[in-house]
Order: sequence, then C-alpha cells, then structure tokens
Amino acid sequence: MHSKQDKKPTLIWFQGLTCNGNTHSFFNLHNLENLLNKFEILYHPSLESTKNIDEITACIFTCDIFIFEGTYDPLMKRNDVLVSEILNYYAKDANYIIAAGTCASFGGMFKASAPERNSGLIFNEADHEGPIIKYKHKVINISGCPIHPEWLGYTLNMVLSKKELEVDKLHRPIELFSNLSHHGCTRNEYFEWKVDSDNFGEKEGCLYYKQGCRAPMTHASCNKILWNEVSSKTRVGTPCFGCTEADFPRQSLYSTKTNMSIPQDMPIGVPKRSYLTLAGIAKTFSIKRLEGKLIDYKKTH
Amino acid sequence: MARVTKQERKDGIISVALKLFSEKGFYITTIPDIAEKVGMSVGNFYNYFTSKDILAKELVVYISEYIGAKIKKINESDIATEKKIYEIVSMYFDMADEKPEMIEYFLRVYLSNREVFKEGCEGMICVSAFVTELMIFFDEGVESGDLYDQDFFSAFGLFMGYLGGMVFLFGEKILPDSLSSYKESIAQNIYNALKAR
Repeated sequence: MHSKQDKKPTLIWFQGLTCNGNTHSFFNLHNLENLLNKFEILYHPSLESTKNIDEITACIFTCDIFIFEGTYDPLMKRNDVLVSEILNYYAKDANYIIAAGTCASFGGMFKASAPERNSGLIFNEADHEGPIIKYKHKVINISGCPIHPEWLGYTLNMVLSKKELEVDKLHRPIELFSNLSHHGCTRNEYFEWKVDSDNFGEKEGCLYYKQGCRAPMTHASCNKILWNEVSSKTRVGTPCFGCTEADFPRQSLYSTKTNMSIPQDMPIGVPKRSYLTLAGIAKTFSIKRLEGKLIDYKKTH
Repeated sequence: MARVTKQERKDGIISVALKLFSEKGFYITTIPDIAEKVGMSVGNFYNYFTSKDILAKELVVYISEYIGAKIKKINESDIATEKKIYEIVSMYFDMADEKPEMIEYFLRVYLSNREVFKEGCEGMICVSAFVTELMIFFDEGVESGDLYDQDFFSAFGLFMGYLGGMVFLFGEKILPDSLSSYKESIAQNIYNALKAR
C-alpha cells in the first residue's frame, strides 16, 4: 500500500521543433488529471510545473521519465542551451524516455525544414540514428501525428506500474502498434468488395483505391482505440495518412499512388499478384447495396 | 502399357474440345462429338464435365492459366520492359501458330458467345490468371519508369486488342506473311505506344 510519503515519479516534458500538437492531443485524455496526479511534473511548457525553463535548461537535477515532443534539430537552442545538451543530460539518468509523436520518433513533419540534419531521438526516418542513440534501450516511440492520447496514457500507466513494455523494431509498443489502422475500419466491407469512395466525408466506400488511404499499410490502433473514444479519420471519411510510420509525411496524402490504375503499395504482407487476382474478381460483382447511400438502399429494400 | 490417369483423360478432353469448338463452333459441337473423338463413352464424359457450358467455362480458365503462366515467367525474368513486350508478343504468336485452337477458342467462342459465360465467368473471373499477369507487367513497367502511367484498360486494350486482331487476320488467312515475321514490328509499335513520355 502506498503512503502519502511515497515519492511520485518525476516527469519532464520537453519540446524540440514542434507545433504543440502532441501536447494538445494528450490534453484530450479523458482521465488526464488522474493520470497526471500520479507524477511530479517538473516541467511541461503548458502545465503547472515545479520547475521553470531556467532551472530545466540549467541541467542540475534528474527525472524518472523524460518525454520529448517534436523533431530534433542539432542547431536548436532552448533558453540559449543546445537541445542536444539538454536531451543527453536528462536521457542519461531517466528510467524511461518517451518520444511523443512522429516528429520525436522519426523526424516527421518538421524534419522537412532541414531534412539533412533533423531527425527523431533514435531514428532518422527508419534509420537507426539520432542524438541519444546510446540510450536507445530506454526509448519508447509513440508515433502519430499527433500522438493518440490513449496510447500515451497507456504507456505512462505501464511505466507507473513498472510493467515491461515490449516494443517493435521501431521501438513502438507492440500492444499498440501491432494492429493496422485498417483493423476496425467501418469500411471493411467496401474494401472486401473493392467499392471505391469518390468523395471525402462520405460514410460509404473504401478510401484505399483513390483517396490515398494508408490504413492497410499502417501500424496503428486508431480504429480499435478510437479518438476521443468516438471516432477516427476513416470513420469520418478522411484517408489514413500513415502518420505513425517512419516515412511520414509522404507526398500527395489525398490520392492513391497507382501504376496504370493499380495501387502501387499493397496491404502489408499481401503479394501483389494475390491481391490483384482477388481484386479483379471482387470488382466483377455488382452489389447494389454497396453502390449508393446505405440509408437510401435501406429505405427502398 | 501405363494406365491413363484421370488428369490425363481430362487434358485429352480439353485438347479435343478446344479443337472442335474452335473449328466447328460452340453450338454445332456436341458432347457425343467430343466423346467420340476422345475415344470414350458419352456417359464417361460426364464424369469429367457435367455439361457443355461447364466445359466451355473450364476451357477459358485453362487457356487463361496457360497464358498467365507464360507471362508470369516473362514478368519474373530479368530483362527490360521493352524486351518483355517482345517476349509476350512472341509467346502469343507462337501459341497462335502451334496451338491455334487456344486463341481461336478465346476469340471465336469466349468473346463471341457471351450468353454461355454470363454466369460463372462474369467480368474477369475466368480470365483472372492472365489479366493479373498483365496487371503485374504494367505495374512494374510504370514503377521502373519504362512505361507511361495511364488507365489500365487503355493500355490493356491497346496491347491485347492489337495481338488479338493480328491473330484474327492470320486465322482468316489475310496476312501475307507468317505471324512470326510481325513479332518485331508489333512489339516495337506496342512499346512506342506505351513507353514513358
């Protein structure tokens, strides 16, 4: 049993090049306050903290959990101190280092501002390199643009309870990233029968063939652990952009790259020959129920 | 004497049926005609195919898989796209020369008697092995930068319509020269029409 004297784990949330999207996303966690109360927040740029930026950048104490948000830029300074120095200082003694979002994990969107030098903490896209590579065994990547609040909440709870977090090759927790965002997609029947969606925002149709959906190629549990507990990109008619993968952002997010009408990228692990055989046959059938609005069909049948 | 297996018997029926259907036409050819030519009783024939329509559909699948396997081999060979086009043209014309009944059946029975194939052979169901390989060919051609990215059916129609047309002319004995003598020029024309711009 915990006594009042039990020391809470200390946590620092520090930012590199970022739009603050991960911070804002995390603030949507439904039990945020309860979770935060379990930590001593030494520093967070948007939360009440026990230390200020001067004390943090002075690098005079340590923390148990170090969360980094944003792309790492080796030239970037905070409070006139190089971020690389701050990172290396806290990474040395932290028990856990969490890269919050795709920028911190792989470079992400802000890598584009200086692609030759910017990166994530221990990955430069999928290449295993970064400013704290020597502490890689402590790094947990929670990719996503932005981070899914539940995923970070889950990870922090696992850390709190000192449970082992198994990670994949890209250091993402397997429990969260073994699913594809295709799993749980409400459009799966349209994918099975190869019925395309011609427009965004519609409830009907699959977004894989024309609209650029990366769900069958993206490790993420967005359609299993819903956003704000109610929705996901594909559920509202927007394609999955593949934002949890190391190659994010790709170009032309809203259109499927095809070669002579044939999708260039296949669902993970599916040979193109097998896919095309099935797709060709499935497209042969005309299924009235799947061709128009489901509500209209229901009214007339 | 070695015993004839069931598969060999089936292959024998397919071979004879292809020839009869393509020479005499689908409706004129009867099951007794086929059975007689194969050297089996009509009753025994039905152990292999339960109706003429089912045989007709199986023949399309057979041809599609035969051509598909040949194109797959070409797709998997380490040669340039231009050379692959030549190899596909060459394979198709050689087949029209050596096994004319296959192409004839495809052109004169499958494409001309759609009512026979409307159930069970809709769309690409019976020809998927062959069409899939052409999809792979086009996809890889575009990805390698050799072919122009365009609508699949525009490219498919140009390629196969052209070959089918030439074989039709050959079958009608209109071509002044052998099919083989057209391989080079037709492969070049197809490549010129499909290549990256």
